[in-house]
Amino acid sequence: MTVAHLDIAQVSKRYDQVVALDDVSLAVEQGAYVVLLGPSGSGKTTLLSVVGGFTVPTSGRISIAGRDVTALSPAQRPTTTLFQDYALFPHMSVAGNVGFGLKVRGVAGAERERKVAAALELVGLAGYGRRGIHEISGGQRQRVALARALVVEPEILLLDEPLGALDLNLRRQMQDELLALQHRTGRSFVHVTHDQEEAMALASLVVVMNKGRIEDQGPPKRVYERPATLFTATFMGESTQMPGRIIRSGGGHVTVETAVGAVQGASGLAEGTEVMLVVRPENIRTDPGEIDLGAAHIREATFQGAHYRVIAESAGGPQSFVLRLPPDAAVEPGRALRLSCRSENLLVLAR
Amino acid sequence: MGWPRRIGNALSGFYLTACYVFILLPVAVLILFSFQDGRLPVPPFHGPTLRWYVTAFTNDRMMAGLGNSLLVGLGSSALSVMLGFLAAYGLARYEFGGKKALQGTIILPLAVSYLLVGMGLLVTLSTVGLSPSLWIVVVGHVVINMPLAFAICLAQLGEHQRKVEWAARDLGASTFRVLTAVTMPMIAPALVAAFCLCFTLSWDEFIIAFLVTRFDVTLPVVIWTMLRGGLNPQTNAVGSFIFMCSILLLVAVELLLFRKRAE
Repeated sequence: MTVAHLDIAQVSKRYDQVVALDDVSLAVEQGAYVVLLGPSGSGKTTLLSVVGGFTVPTSGRISIAGRDVTALSPAQRPTTTLFQDYALFPHMSVAGNVGFGLKVRGVAGAERERKVAAALELVGLAGYGRRGIHEISGGQRQRVALARALVVEPEILLLDEPLGALDLNLRRQMQDELLALQHRTGRSFVHVTHDQEEAMALASLVVVMNKGRIEDQGPPKRVYERPATLFTATFMGESTQMPGRIIRSGGGHVTVETAVGAVQGASGLAEGTEVMLVVRPENIRTDPGEIDLGAAHIREATFQGAHYRVIAESAGGPQSFVLRLPPDAAVEPGRALRLSCRSENLLVLAR
Repeated sequence: MGWPRRIGNALSGFYLTACYVFILLPVAVLILFSFQDGRLPVPPFHGPTLRWYVTAFTNDRMMAGLGNSLLVGLGSSALSVMLGFLAAYGLARYEFGGKKALQGTIILPLAVSYLLVGMGLLVTLSTVGLSPSLWIVVVGHVVINMPLAFAICLAQLGEHQRKVEWAARDLGASTFRVLTAVTMPMIAPALVAAFCLCFTLSWDEFIIAFLVTRFDVTLPVVIWTMLRGGLNPQTNAVGSFIFMCSILLLVAVELLLFRKRAE
């Protein structure tokens, strides 16, 4: 059995009345890109802070590379953090910032200069060493912060919503660069965000958090397509949700009574369970398919470039659908549709 | 534009002018008559001449007072800023019981009159059997200036600075290293501004300096002694000199804090 590179074992953090982390356990392999995803107040930032050593957990244990670090201060841990607002040293040059960790560790002048130059080269800022922090752009500051954190060769790099302050283009570009950096350095990254697109673009392991607990964890494709809980399904992107109750169950198949009639689905849940049927917009079809979702008419459609985002009302009952239609489709309001989906795309999740 | 508006503007213009005249006229007169070519600093004005400046700067008592004032000013300001900064750092970065009460106690001397501070020191001196001296003036000026330095430093140690300190710790720095290599350089403009402000206040402080010294007196006390002997353009010259020093320091403070805000 391999020992996890980062092992979070039954960590809880309680403040006076609030439980920020509730018995969280997570094992991460070396070289993983972990994204902690959740809404604000879900405990994702607290968890990152506990791993970095800035927050002391009420109970539980943290091990990194087989060593128990629970009692160690941030300075003693083999982790470095990329802070949300970069937290660069305003009175130092770019090189001064990047070299700080090495200087503290007693790395001598020439050796330090060489490593600083290599780190700046790594983040695409070769030759920027003499500049002041106020003379460079936001994107460049981010790279300086990255170089500063990576130059001390941490086992794990912690990233606290690092892309929040950047505009969309720069964010996409930085995502690519973060991934490239992570592959090149082979280090484990733990990245906190509330943006599910960012999570899917970066993660090798997505950890969805809610109310201090881990709701779901796995590769992004699996978490998006087969979320373990209703919260995860909702948080990972838009979907049509149909409330209902299981009226027949057996052999891994269920029949669910919904506003649009009885729908067949795959699930081991027992008869009588209140469930939510969830379908992603791209999986709702307008031709006859395996599972019939009934007749509907278009209520509104918005053009989004690659497709129309369409909201349709069911003819059978109070149920609306979110679906996508190609840009050349006729989408005038009131147009009738026949909706269906494939059985593997219909999720049956307990409410 | 209507009549009421014009009258209002005229009145506020007059009020503003009157304010500035009240504040600045005495200073202007003081400076003008420091150049008086005659024995009395009263109208009519003759001159100008620099001879009273020469007299003042060659007056031994005056120069001894100037030296003492510099010593007290530099020493008490350095101590005030150091103690104020450390107190502010402790209160801004650590959680402990009675924090609010401690902060209130540190700020409290700002609300106590200089007269009370001086009298308190005098009583304490006679109780513990110390004789009045320049060092006690330093203590007195630290008492009145440290709260100011504390307040200025505390205002600079916000959440952003805390994050920056975290980053330094995260990279392996000890508390001492964080303080000397990150926190202090980061808020250096505020530290220098606090120092200048403390120095300005110490530089022309009279009551405490008068109460707790006997022979080695500061410049304001020397001037007061000279004034008892009657008006003399020499005191105007020294007064103008003190005023210019204070103004220069205040401009320095303004520039430092202004540059900080502009960032």
